[in-house]
Amino acid sequence: MKIDRANPLWRFHGITPMAIFFFAYLYLPIIVLLVLSFNENRLATIWTGFSTKWYSVVLGNDDMLRSAKNSLIIALSSTIIATIAATLAAMGMARGRFRGEGGVAAMLTLPLLVPEIVTAIATLLFFIVIGVKLGLLSIIIAHTVFCIPFAYLPIRARLDGMDPALIEAANDLYANEWQAFKRITFPLLWPGILSGAMLSFIISLDDFVISYFVGGAGSTTLPIYIFGMIRIGITPEVNAISALMLIISIVFVSISFLIDRVRY
Amino acid sequence: MSEVVISARSVSKRFGSGTHAVHALDDVSVDIFQNEFFTMLGPSGCGKTTLLRLIGGFEQATAGEIALEGQVLNDLPPFKRPINTVFQSYALFPHLTVRQNITFGLEMQNISRPDAAKRADEMLELVRLSQFGDRQPSQLSGGQQQRIALARALAPAPKVLLLDEPLSALDLKLRKEMQIELKRLQTETGITFVFVTHDQEEALAMSDRIAVMKAGKILQIGTPRDIYETPTHRFVADFIGDSNFLQGDIKQNGSHAVLTLPGGQNVSLANVDTGTRLSQTATIGIRPERLMLHPAGTSDSALRGKIADVVYFGTDTTYHIAIDDQTALLARVQNRDGSTMAYAKGNDVDISLPAGAIRVLVD
Repeated sequence: MKIDRANPLWRFHGITPMAIFFFAYLYLPIIVLLVLSFNENRLATIWTGFSTKWYSVVLGNDDMLRSAKNSLIIALSSTIIATIAATLAAMGMARGRFRGEGGVAAMLTLPLLVPEIVTAIATLLFFIVIGVKLGLLSIIIAHTVFCIPFAYLPIRARLDGMDPALIEAANDLYANEWQAFKRITFPLLWPGILSGAMLSFIISLDDFVISYFVGGAGSTTLPIYIFGMIRIGITPEVNAISALMLIISIVFVSISFLIDRVRY
Repeated sequence: MSEVVISARSVSKRFGSGTHAVHALDDVSVDIFQNEFFTMLGPSGCGKTTLLRLIGGFEQATAGEIALEGQVLNDLPPFKRPINTVFQSYALFPHLTVRQNITFGLEMQNISRPDAAKRADEMLELVRLSQFGDRQPSQLSGGQQQRIALARALAPAPKVLLLDEPLSALDLKLRKEMQIELKRLQTETGITFVFVTHDQEEALAMSDRIAVMKAGKILQIGTPRDIYETPTHRFVADFIGDSNFLQGDIKQNGSHAVLTLPGGQNVSLANVDTGTRLSQTATIGIRPERLMLHPAGTSDSALRGKIADVVYFGTDTTYHIAIDDQTALLARVQNRDGSTMAYAKGNDVDISLPAGAIRVLVD
C-alpha cells in the first residue's frame, strides 16, 4: 500500500509516534516470543545462546503431536462442514428478498458477537442435556457452528459482487440450474469459498475456550495442551510450539487474503 | 407480414400483493411476426422490460399466456426456450474467454466441439471481432463487449433474440454505429429481434414496428411512420418527436366539425376523423413541420397568431407562435434558399393546419 503524503491524516500531530506505539504494542510480544523460542537456556526468559533444540524437543513430544493431530482433525472437519453450510446459506440469502431476511442475516453472523464463554457454556449444557458424549465429535460440532459466520462473510461478499444477470445469461443459454452453478457460479465464487474455508480453519485451530469446555478425555487440542504446559511454567518448548502455530496461522490468513483478491 | 412468432395474450404481471402490489403489466396483448425488428418503447417503469423478461422466462406472468409459434411458454424455464437475450449489462462470463462465452450456449445444447468452434468463428466474423476470440471480456471495450454479447446470443440460432436496452451504456457515436450494426445483423440472420428502449430516435431508426408503452399498457403498435404521423394518444405524440397540442371543444359546424379554442378561434376539422368525440372537449395534435405559415390576412381558414420567438437551427427555423392566452404553437420551417418567407418576432401570422396532419388524440 502506498502512503499518500497529501493525506490529511499525516499532518495530524503525533500520528507517527502513535502508530509506532500501536504496532509495537501489537507485535513486540510476538517478536519476543519468536526470539525466545531460539533460546538455548532451560529458563525461557534468560538468554544464553541461540539454539533450535526446543523445536526438535517439540517435534519429538508424542503428547504434543497427538494434540496437534486432534486439532487438525477438528479444524479440517469443521471447516469442510461449515464451508458447505456457509456456501449454501450465502446462495440462499443472495437469491432474493423474503420475509425475515434481515433477521436471518443477523442470526447468521451473531455468533461473531456472542461472548465465547457464553457459547461455550450453552453448548456444554446443551450437549449434556441431549446426551452427546464429550470428545472430538462434540468439539467438531461446536467448532462448525462458530466457523459458519467466518466462512459465510467472504462468500456472501463475493456473491454480492456478482452480476445477477450472469446466472440469467447462463440459464438463457440453455444451462439448467446445476449446470449454471457448476460452470458459472462456482468458478466465480471459489476464491470466496476458499478464503472462507481458510479463515474457518485457522479460527478452529486457534480456539481455546469452546474446545476446553466441550472437550473430553482424549480430545485435547493443541491450544489446550499449551495451556496445560504453561501452568507448569513458561519454557522455551512452549515458545517453540507457539511460534509454529503462529507461522501456520500467518500462512493460512495470508493465503485467504491473497485468494480473496482474485478478480476477473 | 409473415407468421406470428411470439404471441402475448392478456398478459398481466403484478409484483407484490395487497395494497402494495405494483402492476407492471396490465392486460397486454401483442403479436410479433417472423423476421421482424420489433421495439417496445416507453419511459422507465412502463413495463417494457417486464414484458421482455416474461418472454425470456425470467419472470412468471400473473395472468395471461405467452406463446412461441403457437406453443404456450408460460411454464418453461429460460433454458428450455429457443430464445436468447442480450442483457443490458452484457453479462459476459468474466472467467471465460470470448470464444468460450460464444460456445457456452452451444455446449449446453450438446453440440459437438468442432461444430461449436466453427459456429464461434462464424459469429466472431459476423460481429467483426475475429481476432479477439482468445481475449478475456475485461480486455474489450464497451462496444466490443456489446458485440460479443450479441454473438453469444446469436450463436445458438434462436427463434427470437431479446435485447434489453443494449445500447444504453454506449456513448452517442458508438450507439449510432451499433444501431446500424444491429439492423444489419437482424437482416443477415433473419432472426426476430425484440428490442427494448426508452430512446425514441433509436426506436424510429431501427424498428419494423414499435409498441409504445405507458404504465403497463401498450398504447399503440405500428410502423415508425404510423407512430410518428398518426399517433392515437397524446402520450404517443408527445413521447415521439415534437408535437403541438390544441385543446378545445369539438362542435358540428354545418357540413364539418370544428375545434373551438379557448380564445374563440376555430380550427376546421373537415376531413379529419373525430371518432366519437363530437361535442366534447378534445385534444388535437399536429407536428411542428406540418404547420404552414402565411403572412397575416392572406389565408381565410387559418388561425391567426403572433410570433413570440424565432430560433434558428441551421437546417430549419422554429417559430413559437401565441394563438391566445392558453394556446401556443411551434412551427418548424425548413430553410431553403429564397423559398421561405422569414417572419420576425412580433409579426402577426396566419397558420393553416392541413387536414391530413391533424390527429384527434386520446388523452
